[in-house]
Amino acid sequence: MSNSKSIYTVSQITQAIKRTLETPFQNISVQGEVSNLKMQSSGHIYLTLKDQDAQLSAAIFRGNASQLKRLPKEGDQVIALGELSVYAPRGNYQLIIRELQWAGVGELLLMLEKRKEEFAKRGYFDPARKKRLPSLPKTIGVVTSPTGAVIQDILHVLERRWPNFQLILNPVKVQGEGAASEIAQAIQDFNRYGLADVLIVGRGGGSIEDLWAFNEEAVVKAVFESKIPIISAVGHETDYTLTDFVADVRAPTPSAAAEMVIKEKKEMLKDLDNRSHRLKEQIEYQIKTRRLRVQDLKRQPVFYSPYTLLGQKMQRLDDMRTRWEGLGRKLLDHKKILIDAKKNQLKNLSPMLQIINLKQRLTSLEKHLKSLDPKNLLKKGYSILFSEKDSSIILSAKSLSPGARFYALLDDGKVFATAEQVKPNEK
Amino acid sequence: MKNETYESSFQRLEEILAKMNDSKLSLEDSLALFEEADKLIIFCQKTLTDAEKKVQTLLKDRDGKLKLGEDQKPELKDFAKSL
Repeated sequence: MSNSKSIYTVSQITQAIKRTLETPFQNISVQGEVSNLKMQSSGHIYLTLKDQDAQLSAAIFRGNASQLKRLPKEGDQVIALGELSVYAPRGNYQLIIRELQWAGVGELLLMLEKRKEEFAKRGYFDPARKKRLPSLPKTIGVVTSPTGAVIQDILHVLERRWPNFQLILNPVKVQGEGAASEIAQAIQDFNRYGLADVLIVGRGGGSIEDLWAFNEEAVVKAVFESKIPIISAVGHETDYTLTDFVADVRAPTPSAAAEMVIKEKKEMLKDLDNRSHRLKEQIEYQIKTRRLRVQDLKRQPVFYSPYTLLGQKMQRLDDMRTRWEGLGRKLLDHKKILIDAKKNQLKNLSPMLQIINLKQRLTSLEKHLKSLDPKNLLKKGYSILFSEKDSSIILSAKSLSPGARFYALLDDGKVFATAEQVKPNEK
Repeated sequence: MKNETYESSFQRLEEILAKMNDSKLSLEDSLALFEEADKLIIFCQKTLTDAEKKVQTLLKDRDGKLKLGEDQKPELKDFAKSL
């Protein structure tokens, strides 16, 4: 050790290294695999980038971490943009990452396109195969992570919009190894046990790798074969997975999926309210029009002065009644007469009466006969003139001439006389 | 009305509304229909809203298979909303 050589304090050498390292290694890109990933509650992310032979500590501070479109995960091949920084308190250097890019995304997108074509060919995306969502779902089935944001968002919306709902969660891994088969199994189980009327299958937003399970054939096939209608709610609106294509309905977010489930119920309830309202309006209208009609009628003269309208009719009615009664009486009288006549006829038909009748007639005939005897006539003051010559009855004044002799036969004797003057009646 | 379904009740409601639009009905008939419709609406509303809130989760064993109860139906337990 020579005196000419300076002696550094730890701080000094660290400062020197800092200057030496940081200035030339600003704004660099480093490719490596993510490991030792630690997400701190402070929002900072610590990780190690490594390759076969080396590793590099790295940090993403909260401000940058919140800007990331996707979060890194163990084993990700990434390209980190940032600068080297020496952390004096620990005497180490690390890469302060500003941005992350993922390697291999292009390959995945290519695979996605290929599968999409293949599934389309199989008819998985055929619009005609899509089922209608039930209008009155009793139980909503959800296939997602029990700890993720999806179930919370769904519960939040339902509690706010339709408080008395029933939901069954089938908890699954939504990313990483085994996620696809768990999701597919969950959909099959819901169908097998008939546990729900509609399913929401989904997860929150993420990278294409994060969402990859929803592009796997097992999931797409399970969705396609499900008898229960399925709403997909995978990622954000801009993320598309094959599950979204095969699902009966695609919701842009989990919240939107929850809204869809109760949408029709809500509309039905609203519809019912409308109908109820219309019904009440109608009945009120009917009552109102009738009330108006009654009021109109009240205004008619007939009601405040009944005789104006009814007087004439009442009179006519009275007339008719009188006439009718008269007619009736006449009719009655007529009948009476007829009956009396018949009675008489009947009486006359009785044999006793007939005999009496005949006797009476006989007596009267006798009387009549007697009255016809000329001698009877003489008793009443009549006399008969006879000619003295030949005792012939003198019937005409002309047969007598003055001085002719005749006699008058009276009831009790004869009177002899001479005609003094003859005066026949002038005609 | 217990055997009625929401659909059949709703259909009857439609019929009644159509009938009531036809003003030839007597007031008595209208009132009778109105009463019937009112009951139908209440029934439908109840059908829509009558349910107890239930949030459950399926139980799984270590292999990720559903746990089945004695009745061979999947076991469920209440799911508590976290946060």
